[in-house]
Amino acid sequence: MLRRRRKIKGGVHPRYEKKSTKNKKIAFPPLPEKLFVPILQHIGQPSVPVVKAGDEVKKGQLIAESADGRGAPVHSPTSGKVTEIGDYPHPLYGKSPCVVIESDGLDQWQEGLLTDRSWEVLSVSEMIDIIFKNGIVGMGGAAFPTHIKLSPPKDKKIDTLIVNAAECEPYLTSDYRTMIEYADDVIKGALIVMKILGAQKGYIGIETNKPKAISIMKEKCKGKRIEVVELATKYPQGAEKMMIKAILNKEVPSGRLPMDVGCVVQNVGSLKAVADAVEKNIPLIERVVTVAGHTVKKPVNVMAKVGTPFARLFEFCGGFERANDKVIMGGPMMGVAQVSLDAVVVKATSGIVSIADNESDLKEELACIRCGRCIDVCTMRLLPNVLSILSEKGQHQTAQTDYNLMDCVECGCCYYVCPSRRNIVHYIRQSKAKNAMLRNAIKTGSK
Amino acid sequence: METKGTTANIQKPEKLVITSSPHVHNRESVTKIMWIVNLTLLPAAIFSVINFGLPALITMLLCIAGSVACEAAIQHWRKVKVTVSDGSAVLTGLLLAMCLPAGIAWYIPLIASVAAIGIAKQTMGGLGHNVFNPAHIGRAFVMASYPVAMTTWAVSRLGNSADFSGAISRVASFDVVTGATPLGILKQQGYQALVDSFGGQAAMYKALFIGNTGGSLGETSAILLILGGLVLIIKKYIKWQVPLVMIGTVALFTWIFGGRVDGKLVYFTGDPLLHILSGGLIIGAFFMATDMVTTPLTTRGQILFAFGCGLITVLIRLYGGYPEGVCYSILLMNAVTPLIDRYVFPKKFGSLPEPVTRS
Repeated sequence: MLRRRRKIKGGVHPRYEKKSTKNKKIAFPPLPEKLFVPILQHIGQPSVPVVKAGDEVKKGQLIAESADGRGAPVHSPTSGKVTEIGDYPHPLYGKSPCVVIESDGLDQWQEGLLTDRSWEVLSVSEMIDIIFKNGIVGMGGAAFPTHIKLSPPKDKKIDTLIVNAAECEPYLTSDYRTMIEYADDVIKGALIVMKILGAQKGYIGIETNKPKAISIMKEKCKGKRIEVVELATKYPQGAEKMMIKAILNKEVPSGRLPMDVGCVVQNVGSLKAVADAVEKNIPLIERVVTVAGHTVKKPVNVMAKVGTPFARLFEFCGGFERANDKVIMGGPMMGVAQVSLDAVVVKATSGIVSIADNESDLKEELACIRCGRCIDVCTMRLLPNVLSILSEKGQHQTAQTDYNLMDCVECGCCYYVCPSRRNIVHYIRQSKAKNAMLRNAIKTGSK
Repeated sequence: METKGTTANIQKPEKLVITSSPHVHNRESVTKIMWIVNLTLLPAAIFSVINFGLPALITMLLCIAGSVACEAAIQHWRKVKVTVSDGSAVLTGLLLAMCLPAGIAWYIPLIASVAAIGIAKQTMGGLGHNVFNPAHIGRAFVMASYPVAMTTWAVSRLGNSADFSGAISRVASFDVVTGATPLGILKQQGYQALVDSFGGQAAMYKALFIGNTGGSLGETSAILLILGGLVLIIKKYIKWQVPLVMIGTVALFTWIFGGRVDGKLVYFTGDPLLHILSGGLIIGAFFMATDMVTTPLTTRGQILFAFGCGLITVLIRLYGGYPEGVCYSILLMNAVTPLIDRYVFPKKFGSLPEPVTRS
């Protein structure tokens, strides 16, 4: 028997704050009059718009295609008219090009979509093509194009699919609600992905603080090659490498990918999108988004169209009860603070969370007192405090060569426990960026 | 903030704070840690005032006032923010007082405070940058400068007997009656003389445990110090491994090498309990060897550190010139801390060989 460790070493227990949304059904907000669909959905080459101002578009119509076949195309989330292609706030990349669509209120599907076919009759290459054409990306946060993830190099044998349903970030319940309301789609998606990868075994990793999801998934997985694994509730249990460690007790080697230990990790939301794309030919144009936070009047999960401004979703939730300090896309541990509420839902938006000032509790940063807590909680077993000090002193290269800078996954546990309030993650990002600049300078200099 | 294209009629936040993730914190702070450590020392400090009377209180106040004033003055001159309210200078002063005898001449605590804060802490760059434990530097400084005053120990006013009549008037008195510490008697006159001075072994352990013996302020009440230390362990401010390993090491080696019959070493006949309960071992193990700034970063490193502290303590107690060695053992290990940190650190994730699967 394979001895499994369900628990990760290190990590923290932030306040989970999931109560406000976890028992509410996914809501469908009214159609916004205008959608700002960013053509840049993930790191890498932006997609190329195939529509121009004045064009009529239908729901699900291709509006931007991948330039090199390695990115994911973008589709229109509703029917209406393209008014312009211009720069608007993006939640991750500042101002970036968006296709602005004025809704005609009809929400009319393009013809040829909403098919009804069985995935079992489709071949692997057909399914990968469908996933690519429908713009499916990883919906856990990185938005990595799924068709690339599902086409590993021939020499990498994949035997296991892990469904990441840990949702260890506080506040977020979008994956949880997806599992409860779209359980069949998630399982179907998992089976499709297993067929594509040729994986014999599937696991669904769920934290123990979601007993309802665990029981539903266990029920649905009966008689299938998928096993539900209960994981200890601890952040960052949902980090890809930690997930693999907890379920398979394998450590992904430093600098390598999950496929190097024979597995692929997929998020719950992505699997639902895969099932929708393969069976119904529906592109990824909307997703479940948690709108939560103590300052939000009526927190809820919504089915939000890509390109919906955050302000509209907060409006749907009754606006703010009191002044908030920050608005974050994603969870409070790894999410990105927003400059403006005009930023829009993208394919990677798992939630938007407003944080009150007493929660963020910003205080002056002090010198490291060497308490070692960051080392105790670091799941990658690094020396975060040393990395932060090296960054402070500008010794970014030493951090990389001697202190494993690049292994940091930026989960944020080190800052969470730091009594000196040092934003260690920020220092580490700075070092990574400085080193990348240096590498580029050397590359262009040698040409 | 201008809203382009959106007509959302919600109350917009006036400003949005932008920081790098994460956006939540467990709300622990250095200030909170320092004041809680101060608080856990308080019972033992109060007991020392009961045990040694008002001179103990004066020594304590002089140390704290000296440390805080020194820190404030130097930070003022350095033109950096004055951070005396964070409790770290108070803690240094309190710990320093716990290492001094009650009723010592008034200027010695002040000189020790200046050495502790001025030399050991602020010249290194302040909180977080000091290499050596400031309180112990202060004590070592005056130990070298005023050896006679530093080894003139006040005796307990509670006395060894159960006779507490007149105890209050004795406590409130400013007079100091001096005598030897248990470890001093052990060093100079031997084990039997020490047991005789308490009138029996059981009475000796009891006195050491409760604390009505002679010594420096913090060398007396084992029970109150352990209680304070347990609170720190429960709050996870210190790791239980450190005091356990340090005390365990002392117990082990004093048991093996501490026993003498007619001046001749006989193995495995030492009295570990006496060594654990007397001197500064308890306060050292719970409050000094666990100091965050001057000890190694990793748990493994800290265990190594604690073992070194215990070993050096035993060496000094059994073979050195001083009766007590906790202070120097911790200072010596402080010096080794950067070396320990250089070689003891966790192996990064993903650098392990493939796990062995048992079938």
